[in-house]
Amino acid sequence: MNPTDPILTVQAIHTFIGQFHILEGVSFTVPRGSISVLLGRNGAGKTTTLKSIMGMTPPREGTILFDGQNLIGKRPYHIAQLGIGYVPEHRAIFKELTVRENLEIAERKRGDLARRGDLIFDLFPDLKRLYTLLGGNLSGGQQQMLAIARALVPDNRLLLIDEPSEGLAPVIIEQLMSAIERLSAQTTILLVEQNFRMASKLAQLYTIIDDGRSAISGSMSDLVRDEALIQRYLGVA
Amino acid sequence: MLRQRTSWITIIILIAALLIFAAATSRNLGTFGITVLSGLFQAMLLFLVASGLSIIFGLMDVLNFAQGGFFMIGAYVAYDVHHPGGLIDMTGAIPNADLRFFLSILAAIVIGALLGAFLERGLLRPLYARPIFQLVLTFGVSLVLVEAVRFIWSTTPYSWTALFSVREGYFTLFEQQFSTYRLFVIGIGFFLIVAIALLLQRTRIGIIIRAGVEDSGMVEALGINVRAVFTLVFTFGCAVAAFGGAIAAPFLGASIGMSSSFLLSAIAVVVLGGLGSYVGTAAGSILVGLAIAVMANYSAEFLNLPVLASMTPMLLLVLVLLLRPSGLFGERR
Repeated sequence: MNPTDPILTVQAIHTFIGQFHILEGVSFTVPRGSISVLLGRNGAGKTTTLKSIMGMTPPREGTILFDGQNLIGKRPYHIAQLGIGYVPEHRAIFKELTVRENLEIAERKRGDLARRGDLIFDLFPDLKRLYTLLGGNLSGGQQQMLAIARALVPDNRLLLIDEPSEGLAPVIIEQLMSAIERLSAQTTILLVEQNFRMASKLAQLYTIIDDGRSAISGSMSDLVRDEALIQRYLGVA
Repeated sequence: MLRQRTSWITIIILIAALLIFAAATSRNLGTFGITVLSGLFQAMLLFLVASGLSIIFGLMDVLNFAQGGFFMIGAYVAYDVHHPGGLIDMTGAIPNADLRFFLSILAAIVIGALLGAFLERGLLRPLYARPIFQLVLTFGVSLVLVEAVRFIWSTTPYSWTALFSVREGYFTLFEQQFSTYRLFVIGIGFFLIVAIALLLQRTRIGIIIRAGVEDSGMVEALGINVRAVFTLVFTFGCAVAAFGGAIAAPFLGASIGMSSSFLLSAIAVVVLGGLGSYVGTAAGSILVGLAIAVMANYSAEFLNLPVLASMTPMLLLVLVLLLRPSGLFGERR
């Protein structure tokens, strides 16, 4: 594969949840080493797009290429093993497991955690102090950091991060932003984010998903100047 | 943590109340000892059915109604291997009764595991999207197991006749003879309670199972083949139940009624212990096992109402749920 090829190519995917046709043609690409963001109103299909990539809501049509491999038809564990880390909406921390166990379970090879420990505790020093606490006893911000840290334990080449800022205090959001920014030196990141200020500061590229379709993609620097576009699709100014 | 503490206090009070009641209604220390010992014996057998039921339900959301059937199959297989005649006659090949008993237990475990693996991979797996179908399926399988036993071994219950050393032994305490075999089963039961707890707490597969109980979708998204874990856990649960039947058989014999009676008591254990809680299942087994024995003794001494003992698990379930609607160690939902 060519290093200038996008790491992820999503092409015209259609995803159903039960009877409902949620994604009706979503296409975009994620270049290697970038932070890209999926924008759009509530219920537009951003989370379903991430779940479709992970195979958790498998698309019925379309293709998803990760480093040249088609992900369609693969089970989620297989997709994860190819090198994709998933940080879901609401974090999905295991509440009855300690912080340490929450990280250990993400190991794909023995010693992953030991190898990546420095990076993880460098980004999120708090986690070291919380190591023996149960996941359920952490605050929302701490859980979000743990969820991202969990995706960093194996050597993932792409991280899918869904709404990291949701329900967090501004100070915590600042910390998370700087962590994600530093992280992008190591790996490619695809973000879903409602907080437009955060998204516009972090991401170089955006795709707007509107009503289950990818409406428009481009560079973030163009989008922030285009108030009409922002108003039309995101309803924020 | 506070909730855990009140859970422990509740269970200790309930067990203490049972023991005091047993002491007050026993003729002498000897019968009290018998009651406690047979209660713990019953408790361990219950645990072997209920632990699988609880872990399988917690992880896979499948209430395996066939769990009692696996217990029954274990009893029949062990009986068959150990006694002359039947499907497999080992008495000629292995005259040593102790060795044959060991082999009969092994056979029960293997048969339980094979049947369990087939049930999960072959029958349950296509139905994960349809929970109600799974419920009906495992119920159907429990009926099939009973009919299979009827077909292979006839409907007459077997009582264990071929003795071996642990089964023959007795010891005397308070001028009362106690069977060493009961003590043997209780020892194995406590050993397994601790061993499975360590497995869940300390090993990677244990971490995966505990995480899967909370959110199996997220476990899979981390790169773990959750379906393979399902098969493993289901197989293990069925094998443990069959093992329970096998070690019960020298005392209880083998009968078709084992299937439903142990299933019902085990369901009572799992629900009153708190769904999905391993500690609750272990503690609940001890509580229900003791209660059955205490009530059996009480009714034999005073009421002449043998049905009281078999009603006990459900009565206790009602009592506990009135006190704590989510079970002793259950999460409030």
